[in-house]
Amino acid sequence: MSNSKNKIIELKNVSMSFKDSDTPVLNNISLDIYDKEFITLLGPSGCGKTTTLRIIGGFATPDKGDLLFNGKKINDLPPFKRQVNTVFQKYALFPHLNVYDNVAFGLRIAKVNEKEVKQRVEAMLDVVDLHGFDKRSINALSGGQQQRVAIARALVNNPKVLLLDEPLGALDLKLRKEMQIELKKIQQRLSITFIYVTHDQEEALTMSDTVVVMNKGEIQQIGTPQDIYNEPKNAFVANFIGESNILPGIMHRDYMVEFAGNNFDCVDKGFDEMEPVDVVIRPEDIVLVPASDEVLNGVVETVTFKGVHYEIVVNAYSDYWIIHSTKSAKVGDVVGISFTPEDIHVMKKSEMPKITRYTIPSNEEAGEDE
Amino acid sequence: MNRKSRWAAGPYILWMIIFVIVPLVLIGVFAFTTDAPFDENSKRLTQEELAAIEEEYAETDEELPVTYKTVFTWDNILSVSQYLPVLFNSAWLALIATAICLIIGYPLAYFMSRFRASSQRLVQMLIMLPMWMNFLLRTYAWMTLLEKNGWINRIFGLIGVGPFEMINTQGAVVLGMVYNYLPFMILPLYSVMTKIENHTIEAAQDLGAGSIRVFTKVVIPLSMPGIASGITMVFVPAVSTFIISRMLGGGTNMLIGDLIDLQFLGNAYNPNLGAAISLVLMVFILLCMSITNQLDNGDEEMEGKML
Repeated sequence: MSNSKNKIIELKNVSMSFKDSDTPVLNNISLDIYDKEFITLLGPSGCGKTTTLRIIGGFATPDKGDLLFNGKKINDLPPFKRQVNTVFQKYALFPHLNVYDNVAFGLRIAKVNEKEVKQRVEAMLDVVDLHGFDKRSINALSGGQQQRVAIARALVNNPKVLLLDEPLGALDLKLRKEMQIELKKIQQRLSITFIYVTHDQEEALTMSDTVVVMNKGEIQQIGTPQDIYNEPKNAFVANFIGESNILPGIMHRDYMVEFAGNNFDCVDKGFDEMEPVDVVIRPEDIVLVPASDEVLNGVVETVTFKGVHYEIVVNAYSDYWIIHSTKSAKVGDVVGISFTPEDIHVMKKSEMPKITRYTIPSNEEAGEDE
Repeated sequence: MNRKSRWAAGPYILWMIIFVIVPLVLIGVFAFTTDAPFDENSKRLTQEELAAIEEEYAETDEELPVTYKTVFTWDNILSVSQYLPVLFNSAWLALIATAICLIIGYPLAYFMSRFRASSQRLVQMLIMLPMWMNFLLRTYAWMTLLEKNGWINRIFGLIGVGPFEMINTQGAVVLGMVYNYLPFMILPLYSVMTKIENHTIEAAQDLGAGSIRVFTKVVIPLSMPGIASGITMVFVPAVSTFIISRMLGGGTNMLIGDLIDLQFLGNAYNPNLGAAISLVLMVFILLCMSITNQLDNGDEEMEGKML
């Protein structure tokens, strides 16, 4: 949660479309960003997250709606006058300058005296763990080092807000994990606002105070990582944040939902009687039990070892169920599927078509590709 | 690269040896030799002695007892010094033309590189279009435009000014150079500028740089290799041109190229002197190029260098 409740940036009913296209990139987005929070815009490619960031950075102008910074409208303020700095997706370092001069760029533009420039640049290179790299050429750095130069170059200017556009996208998994922790530490140490754009749900959950899930130019849900994961508002969010079993169901009455041919007790209420709904059950919430009349029964279709757990796909009531279990199962076995009422998440039918249902041969994860 | 495919370079290497190395050596030989007169006793004759013998034999039909032999000499090179004003004048005009090309070409190349791809191709073609026409014809066209009764003066006449003396001036020569060599400035500049990513420019804006400082701190440094290539590609042909100055300068503004032309094909036939002037010009151009190469020093790792 954010440490203080001062709104630093507000987007009010922002819409935007690209010149040669009718479909809006952003459709009536409203979002409050608080001081000192780590907020992540999460969504598949083309969802408008980068455009939102570019609007905040000043590289795109919304067609409709307002952008407020500390309560003041800054729609038309050019990028170089904004108190935000950006870490670009491909770093966008200056190839003609060495590490030191790259980091010093903003300070020199601001006409800070060279003594202070030296002091601040070196302090910032320490922060990003690049001490002694001052004279290195940009081209002689690895991807991770370039990334850190880009972060130092932005942070050295003491921005109120740091914008990060998929900054870890080009790094390998191990380095990415290290940098996630590193970034979070830096954000806490400097206690400034980070606005982070990613399509990687795990990254979003790991680092953020607040996650904004976006799709097709609209905000789907805003909440803490826990909220987003445990209480997804619709099937899109549920599906995008981790793998999910999403099943069509009917809400009979409060605390009673029908799906997969059975009635189940649940903890949800407030739906119309007999309202069609989406039912979401997380793969890790399901327990495999011996087949019996007490539970849903199905046939094991595939078993895949995933390191921490097995991913078991069970065909039950003509739906494929993904189950994460630490115990393996045999293909062809008849098993029982068990879950508690708390594991059933009932949500209003989302208007968008189902994007992914589990199909046997594919192992694609939703939204992983850019 | 394997051994066999190396042979593929053979034809061009042979070509270079025959048409580049050998001529260079010949120019060197010519530049440092002269045909000196010798008498029967193989004694080298001075100009006065030669004149005396010629006078002596003028009345007779007998052949002169003089043979010519090729000898080493510094005279050719030393006598180039009397043409230094011509060399400097050529360099000066070429320098002005190069500067104008840079001033016109740089912004054009920059904006062109920021156009949409389809517009980029169109502008690129428009720039190259004049180059598809014959060089002489293009320059000749300028003659008819610039003449005393030419189109430009006629249009000036309509609004009641002029006529101006335009043809046969140094200005006309510079104009001819700019017109003919401008594409050679624009294209290398454009080629490096397309490699400057929008992200890099946005990063500079993001760090507080307004348009002017984005230009001076990012765009210009990153386009230095293109500037160096463009300057070389305009300056070198401009400094040694002779057609442009002959057609638009009317022969009154002799350039170093005209001077060389005169030694080989003109009235002042003297290939040894011609070779010496060429050699001096070559050294001069090499010096100029080494200066322009300083421009993109320290950017060894920059890509997109044309030359």
